[in-house]
Amino acid sequence: MNGLFSEVFISSLVSGGVIAGIPLIYAGLGEAISERAGVLNVGLEGMMLGGAYGGFVGALHFHSTWFGLLSGGLTGMIISLFMVVLCVRLNSNQIVVGIAITLGAEGVTALLHGAIYADTYPRVPVVHPYAIPFLSNIPIIGPGFFNHHISAYLAVVVVFFVSWVLKSTGIGLSIKAAGDQPHALEAAGGGVHRIRTISVLSTGLLAGLGGSFIVLVGAGLFVPFITNGKGFLAIVLAMLVRGRVRWLIVAGVLFGMSLSLTTALQLAGIDVPIDLVLMLPFVLIIVVLFAFGRRSYLPAALALPYDREQR
Amino acid sequence: MSALHDETTVVAAERVSAIEGRLTRIGRSMATAMIPVIGAFVIGGLLLAVLGRNPFSFYGNVIHHGLIGSLGRQETLIRMAPLLLIAAGLMIAFPAGIWNLGTDGQYVMGGVIVADLGPELAPHFSGFVLFTTLFVVGFAVAAIWSLIPAILKAWYGINEIISTLMLTFIGLRFSAFLVKEYFYDRETTVPQTRVLAVADRLPRMFSSRVHIGLVVGFVAVIAVHFMMRNTAFGLRLRIVGMNPKAAIHAGMNMKALTLAIFTLSAGFAGLAAAVNIAGVDGVVRAEWNPAVGLLVVPLVFLARFHAASVIAFIAAFAVFQVGGESASRKADIPNFMVLFMVGLLLVFMALGEYMQLRSSRKH
Amino acid sequence: MVLANELTPSVELIGITKTYPGVVANSDIHLTLRPGEVHSLLGENGAGKSTLIGILSGMVQPDAGEIRIKGETVRINSPRDALERGIGTVYQHSLLVPTLTVLDNLLLGVDQGWKLGRDAAKARLQEVSTLLDVEIDPSSVVGDLALGQRQQVEIVRALWRGEGVLILDEPTSMLTPQGAEKLVQVVRRLVSNGLAVVFITHKLNEALDLGDRVTVLRRGKIVGEVTPAELQNRSRAQITDEVLKMIFGEKSDASYAAFASQVSETADETFRVDHLSVEGSGPHPVLDNVSFTLKRGEILGIAGIDGNGQKELAEVLAGQRHADSGEIILDDQSIQNLSIAARQAKGIRYVTDDRHGEGTVGPLSIALNIVLKRVGEVPFWRWSLVRHSSIREFARKLIHDHDVRAPHEEVAISTLSGGNMQKVILARELALEPRVVVYNKPTYGLDARTTSLVLASIADQAKAGVTTVFISTELSEIVSICHRVAVMYRGKLSEPIMVRSGIELKLGALMTGSTTL
Ligand SMILES: Nc1ncnc2c1ncn2[C@@H]1O[C@H](COP(=O)(O)OP(=O)(O)OP(=O)(O)O)[C@@H](O)[C@H]1O
Ligand SMILES: [Mg+2]
Repeated sequence: MNGLFSEVFISSLVSGGVIAGIPLIYAGLGEAISERAGVLNVGLEGMMLGGAYGGFVGALHFHSTWFGLLSGGLTGMIISLFMVVLCVRLNSNQIVVGIAITLGAEGVTALLHGAIYADTYPRVPVVHPYAIPFLSNIPIIGPGFFNHHISAYLAVVVVFFVSWVLKSTGIGLSIKAAGDQPHALEAAGGGVHRIRTISVLSTGLLAGLGGSFIVLVGAGLFVPFITNGKGFLAIVLAMLVRGRVRWLIVAGVLFGMSLSLTTALQLAGIDVPIDLVLMLPFVLIIVVLFAFGRRSYLPAALALPYDREQR
Repeated sequence: MSALHDETTVVAAERVSAIEGRLTRIGRSMATAMIPVIGAFVIGGLLLAVLGRNPFSFYGNVIHHGLIGSLGRQETLIRMAPLLLIAAGLMIAFPAGIWNLGTDGQYVMGGVIVADLGPELAPHFSGFVLFTTLFVVGFAVAAIWSLIPAILKAWYGINEIISTLMLTFIGLRFSAFLVKEYFYDRETTVPQTRVLAVADRLPRMFSSRVHIGLVVGFVAVIAVHFMMRNTAFGLRLRIVGMNPKAAIHAGMNMKALTLAIFTLSAGFAGLAAAVNIAGVDGVVRAEWNPAVGLLVVPLVFLARFHAASVIAFIAAFAVFQVGGESASRKADIPNFMVLFMVGLLLVFMALGEYMQLRSSRKH
Repeated sequence: MVLANELTPSVELIGITKTYPGVVANSDIHLTLRPGEVHSLLGENGAGKSTLIGILSGMVQPDAGEIRIKGETVRINSPRDALERGIGTVYQHSLLVPTLTVLDNLLLGVDQGWKLGRDAAKARLQEVSTLLDVEIDPSSVVGDLALGQRQQVEIVRALWRGEGVLILDEPTSMLTPQGAEKLVQVVRRLVSNGLAVVFITHKLNEALDLGDRVTVLRRGKIVGEVTPAELQNRSRAQITDEVLKMIFGEKSDASYAAFASQVSETADETFRVDHLSVEGSGPHPVLDNVSFTLKRGEILGIAGIDGNGQKELAEVLAGQRHADSGEIILDDQSIQNLSIAARQAKGIRYVTDDRHGEGTVGPLSIALNIVLKRVGEVPFWRWSLVRHSSIREFARKLIHDHDVRAPHEEVAISTLSGGNMQKVILARELALEPRVVVYNKPTYGLDARTTSLVLASIADQAKAGVTTVFISTELSEIVSICHRVAVMYRGKLSEPIMVRSGIELKLGALMTGSTTL
């Protein structure tokens, strides 16, 4: 029963893909929001990592996955306050602050983890998956897609919610305006700083959720640098979908699957150079870009600070 | 006579006040430069205290092992060489509006080829010829590697943030693949390239371990600074960066300029790798991920692409990294302390820049 | 009109001062806006008009001074504050979000809970646009609209939201005469309901027709006022004369002369456009089989309502846009496949109407913007090395010749007033020695004197043998300098006809698509 089309291969691919993809969806959604509002958040990796650690501590402390997710989201949000104060309010360079956040979060979480948990390596509470009736009974792919912790399904709900907000609400319009022509938003009576603040805080929250999902639902424990570049991948996914955030679900899961390909291949006992397999997801993105993403659109005011009197 | 006298005193007084103005300006910018450092040290010190370490001895060790001690100082200078070269490349790309976030991939690709080629060529060529060849190869390999995002951008309008980030991940894997499959040294157990003999490495300077790569780095940063500010080509690049539509309207050849920006910027990253391998490392391991580019990016921005500031910032950070590593070892805390401090410093430097801007607006 | 309203002014500006590095944009300005009155604000380019209304609309914070609204002292910290107090503004430069639809732009910033009331808004848009007699598809994306259409959208928005005070900063600069006429009617009606209006324009006749009161700014100061009584009792000619003197100082000579000269019958045909077509995404092609032939030294006017393909035609001629079919021939050689730079080398120049978007590089100095199209050329660069002194010297000369109001040539061009920016663009182009020039609305935003100077320079160039395509929405300008004129409508160019007096009516008909002459 080995080989590419064996059940074990496919279901581990799908299930692993979802687990790896959900954090990307959460964080990518966050990045999509702040990018639309004109803030290029390179600190996403740091916010995820902070969220991962915060989630880990919260879950250990309260013995609850949900409290873990909550505290992870809040940690991400608190970290994003740096970005709010420095970049949105004081007009500092977004790249500088973003990278600072990432480096700082990497350092702090690794230090704290080393100081507090390095001897015991505790594990967080085991999560209980919820199998969606009927859907999870679909042969082969059903369990892989539809038997997960509720927070995984929540990601999909949040994506649809944000998509609705962007499309049909005043806040959504303001977010898009803040990224494309902030002067126009002010002229129309909106507040660029206010909108960008809200957006960046949401980014922090979502990145924190994504990060804590990695720890609480995916790995079950925290190790330093556990996000391992996922924040940057999420940035890329956010840019890839170009504002049509619902595509994040597809992109996240597909990308997650290609990330979990090596594990699945090993499980299926197929031997190929591992480095080439690990390369695949990234090549895939470039191919997708080439096929669909021509003339990729980025908000005109992306990464530019806003100053009303500047002309 | 007295009128003349008055005039000279007025002139003198003006000159004095001008000098005073300059002094206070220098004082202010010194202050704005120091405040971030102090701020970062205070907060870092708090964390150290929480972790039960003495912040003063930690910082003392940072300065001692990064700057004052001769070994540490040499190490600092050695570290600076590749950072300066990467910065030179970014000083071209960023003002031209090209977000080359793929220097790590470009560095690794250039490095892996140079590492394979070095021991191959060393027996046949000597000194100058060998090094120039390696430098040119490092530069060229990275430049060719960057043609992928360049062409995607220039012909298909594909966002280079995505493509360069992805190509970094790809480059890391691909170089590992190359080392494991083709370039490996059959005499070692870990997959790595053959080692460039110490005798064949870049010449040292001042009877220290510091190699001439440092000079290459300085020259590159200064040359790029000059090019961006004083040549027609540099102005074209800046115009493309500030308003690409105006560049098109003015008749500039966007495709050619885009290719030039990418290849030059990436080329310097490749050269950085060549310098480091021919200078100190001499070898590349399969799981090699130097991850230097990410740190240089904010420094180049904070320096506003100005050569003197770029050099100063890179020097400061090299001191900090080298000294911090020793200090962490001495204090028996993980090296991550340095990461955290670097993040803190960057945050405070961003703050300092804001304060400087505000005070310059007031005066 | 209600009496009480006449007693309390809608807005009082008291001692408003605003300085920028090197310029006093507003100096101790006192201005009173009364309900039921149109207040025309006049002044040459850079006089400080936009700055003043920027202060009133919350975009700019004054250094000193007080603002009273209905007698109450207020601080206007942001445009939001201004809007909440019923002050609606049409800014000089489009402040719409190019990526959003017309409808969403109108809804932007309006507080209204979670769900957007798009349907209700659509109905209101319909209402207002019928009032203004404009035709805007609410679902079209603003970035695809011509500048004139964008201006209409802005006017709709300001009318919609300015309940007490309406500020119009050069609202007619991009409208057709008919459009402007409509706007005037609407404004009149609103004013009779008690609205106070500030009206900025460079067209003196408009200002005097519509304004109940006129204030003139010069170099940041108020230099004169015409009261309603004077406006009613004195002759138009007298007032015009006086106002011109206030605007420009003593040496005013701003009148449209007829610049046109004869094109020699024997001049050779230099520039030919053959069956140019560009497909569009809308119902009509962007360019539909456009052809014309020009002689050396001839000026062809292209009239038309903005957004009928004029810009696209200009871009195709310049090489900035790809044509799907057709040919462009200069001196019997096709230049169809040449790059922008190669066309420039052959002497084809395009003077864009989009001064912010592509005409200038905002953060760069005026000096460098002046040599923007000559980067690397001697004498400004030698051996590819920049020679700042010669660039600055050249810039200083042009700034002086064209009377650009700027502290010096090293300030960022983005800080200039709209008209002065346009002067820089024109100075840059007029300093070259072209063969064929395509002008797209070259006088947009210029004050009357500069307009006539620019028109004179274009006519002089033509006399010296430069072939010119002159795109404009101002029929009076076309009539004054062009030899022949054609009208663009939905991508089609009418047969060019000779310019003679009284031709305006016929052109007006062609512009709205009527074919019966
Ligand atoms: N943000 C700014 N920074 C620097 N200078 C400015 C700024 N805004 C305006 N100015 C200067 O203030 C002066 C007045 O500009 P303003 O835009 O008010 O003129 P204007 O009367 O509207 O002219 P126009 O008719 O050309 O639109 C100009 O000299 C301009 O250069
Ligand atoms: Mg103005």
